[in-house]
Amino acid sequence: MKILLSIFFTLVAASTAFAKPTLTVYAPDYFTSEWGPGPKIKQAFEKICDCDLFYVSGDLMPRLMIEGKRTKADVVIGLNTDVTFKARKLGIFEAHEQDTSSLSIPIKWDDKIFLPFDWSHTAFIYDNTKLKNPPKSFNELLNSKDDIKVIIQDPRTSISGLALVLWVKSIYGSKSEEAFTKLASKVLTVTKGWSESYGMFTQGEADMVLSYTTSPAYHIIAENDKSKSAAIFSEGHYFFTELAAMTNSSKEPELAKEFMSFILSETFQRMIPTGNWSFPSKLDRNKLPDEFVNLPMPKKVLFYTEEEAQKYRDIVIQEWLTAFQK
Amino acid sequence: MVASFLVAVTVGTLIAVICRIEGFSGLTWNEWTAIRFTFFQSFVSAAVSVLLAIPVSRAFFRQDFIGRNILITLLGAPFILPVIVAILGLILVFGSKGILSQLMGFSAFSIYGVHGVILAHVFFNLPLATRLLLQGWGSIPSEQFRLGQSLSFSPFNFFMHLELPMLCRVIPGVFLIIFLICTTSFAVALTLGGGPKATTVELAIYQAFRFDFNLSRVAILSIIQLLMCGLIAVLSIWIAFPAHYEGGLDRVRPIATTGKILDFICITCATIFLILPLAMILIRGSGGLFLLPQSVMFSALRSILVALAATGLATIMTLYLASLIVYSSKVYEIFGYLPIAASPLVLGTGLYIIFYNWIDPGKIALPSAIVINAMMCIPFSLRIITPAFRDLENSFGRLANSLNLVGWSRFRWLIWPRLKGPIGFSAGLSVALSMGDLGVIVLFSNPNHSTLPMEIYRLMTAYRMDEAFGAALLLLMLSISLFWIFDKGGRINAIT
Repeated sequence: MKILLSIFFTLVAASTAFAKPTLTVYAPDYFTSEWGPGPKIKQAFEKICDCDLFYVSGDLMPRLMIEGKRTKADVVIGLNTDVTFKARKLGIFEAHEQDTSSLSIPIKWDDKIFLPFDWSHTAFIYDNTKLKNPPKSFNELLNSKDDIKVIIQDPRTSISGLALVLWVKSIYGSKSEEAFTKLASKVLTVTKGWSESYGMFTQGEADMVLSYTTSPAYHIIAENDKSKSAAIFSEGHYFFTELAAMTNSSKEPELAKEFMSFILSETFQRMIPTGNWSFPSKLDRNKLPDEFVNLPMPKKVLFYTEEEAQKYRDIVIQEWLTAFQK
Repeated sequence: MVASFLVAVTVGTLIAVICRIEGFSGLTWNEWTAIRFTFFQSFVSAAVSVLLAIPVSRAFFRQDFIGRNILITLLGAPFILPVIVAILGLILVFGSKGILSQLMGFSAFSIYGVHGVILAHVFFNLPLATRLLLQGWGSIPSEQFRLGQSLSFSPFNFFMHLELPMLCRVIPGVFLIIFLICTTSFAVALTLGGGPKATTVELAIYQAFRFDFNLSRVAILSIIQLLMCGLIAVLSIWIAFPAHYEGGLDRVRPIATTGKILDFICITCATIFLILPLAMILIRGSGGLFLLPQSVMFSALRSILVALAATGLATIMTLYLASLIVYSSKVYEIFGYLPIAASPLVLGTGLYIIFYNWIDPGKIALPSAIVINAMMCIPFSLRIITPAFRDLENSFGRLANSLNLVGWSRFRWLIWPRLKGPIGFSAGLSVALSMGDLGVIVLFSNPNHSTLPMEIYRLMTAYRMDEAFGAALLLLMLSISLFWIFDKGGRINAIT
């Protein structure tokens, strides 16, 4: 027995001695799932890094807030600008040192900590076989005489819902509460998260659903269904980007840095359109799938920096609540 | 020991959360609104569920027909559906484009509003109430009915002398448990309530946790939720009338000859109401069922194992607690209800804070899911097992004592044979509930250890609605089968 045990422990010791280094990446659940971009990214990175990439999935922000400086993450991927204010204040991140001057995103990016890996805009998706004259602006939607019913997500529980209220704020400024009151009469219901909303919409429950400008790409590419379109509004659309950052407590800082530069590599970026159903943050337009190139896009992009988003979020959520509880 | 375990986990995790508090401020107006709404909708939902369950369970008790048992099993299904699936099922029936508005041809009816919340909660809880009341009806010995017949009781006499005392005894507990379930609901309330007017305390907890990460608010709101539930728990245990029937000879239940038509109307209405949304999921999901990749099958297997382990744990803890309640004091009943009043989110966060320093949370994802699921099942199991336990001790306890039947032999020869039925039913419920639970796993989740409900959400977030419905159907079928096996298993050779 003792011999067996000692052999066992020698083997364990030996295997750890020769084990490849491990890069721990915290990511949202959808990202690491079999149907998200995670598994392919892992495969591609492990080919070049001689390491093991290990995903930890789940709610990112609560997790980082609990763990703070003791976090085991080397890299965190999947935060967005509406929450990075809090994340940055944790003081657990390190500069990514990547060149962000030639990104293919519609705004200027010079954040030293957070690196965008994809982007899209919030938008209302509709079924173009049923809704023949979709509103052409937010104003038109709010004031339309037609009985258009919309499903949205709750800004208190959903990141896309938060993006919606910030979108309204960025269009209507001090008149946002009035806009919410008008919007409330168009809203069929509010759901906890995006999945419930989108599920209800695809069952035909409502005319429009709050989602992203890139959502139709999934239906076109994966289902060969051209009936879903994003309604493009003349006031502009709220920019939505997902970010990655490396931690300063990482035991594998070199590897983490390698991953950060991998994010901007063509291999990674090419996986984003059909893996995450959004635009890659650094890829020439001619390398995008045609379906993405042909997606109708807003002319104007609206965006709040993380400081602005932080400043407005509580105010605007309260305005939204007041309007919707009337 | 089980009681202290429940207190330790419920209160301990809460304390772990409280320890991270950084300041305190009073409740906002929004939170007061949420408290009011939570109380109101839980109260009405519980009352409506119980009231409707009375005629339905009575009808099932009095009548016998082919397929009765299968129907009773199927009617239990809404209770075990994962929230998101149940919402979609309800909307396919009652929504603005649902079959109901298509059949009726009017679209003026809208499900969204307070009535929608109540409709959904009745849909979930009517089956549970029916089953629990059915058990109550079964606890009236058939000799008493015969006695009534020989005294030429009118239906009214039967009701006043036999059925009403039973209802008075059973209903407070059933009401309590449904009230507790409804307080902790929030995705259903929000979606079918049509928006922020239908904000519950649980939503406020979720918001404070996930969005603001304000643990002090989480703790304060959880305490409020616990107090609210505690209040109702104390009231219901206090007003529960003790009713006792002398033990019978376990003769078969009497089949009623009068009121057949009324009974069948009750059964038909309940069946249509409860089965339609399930049928819609069946229709919608059957196409996607065969598209499911192997990994979903593995998650299904993982879910089954977690559910079985949780059920085992829950059953042992429940039996122990029930024996404490029966042999020592009714007070122990409170401990059994603690877990359901605590939000699973708080339990999960607390465990996470406690364990994070020691082990990799991903590694204990499944064990913690087992423990928390087991805890969440205890209130239901307790509700099912305790009354039967008390009855058997009242009827046979003294005889067993005089025979010096104690310890294991008492369990083997007295308790087990007579409690098999309720234990089977409670185990069936636990296994099915654990199957459908998403609960804590979100915090601890590990990409390689997903459960079936998680896969449903993942498929949905990846736009794959057909497969998601397929997976939902798979979950539904597995849960019902497991429920049926345990429930049936408990009845084989069971005396009652």
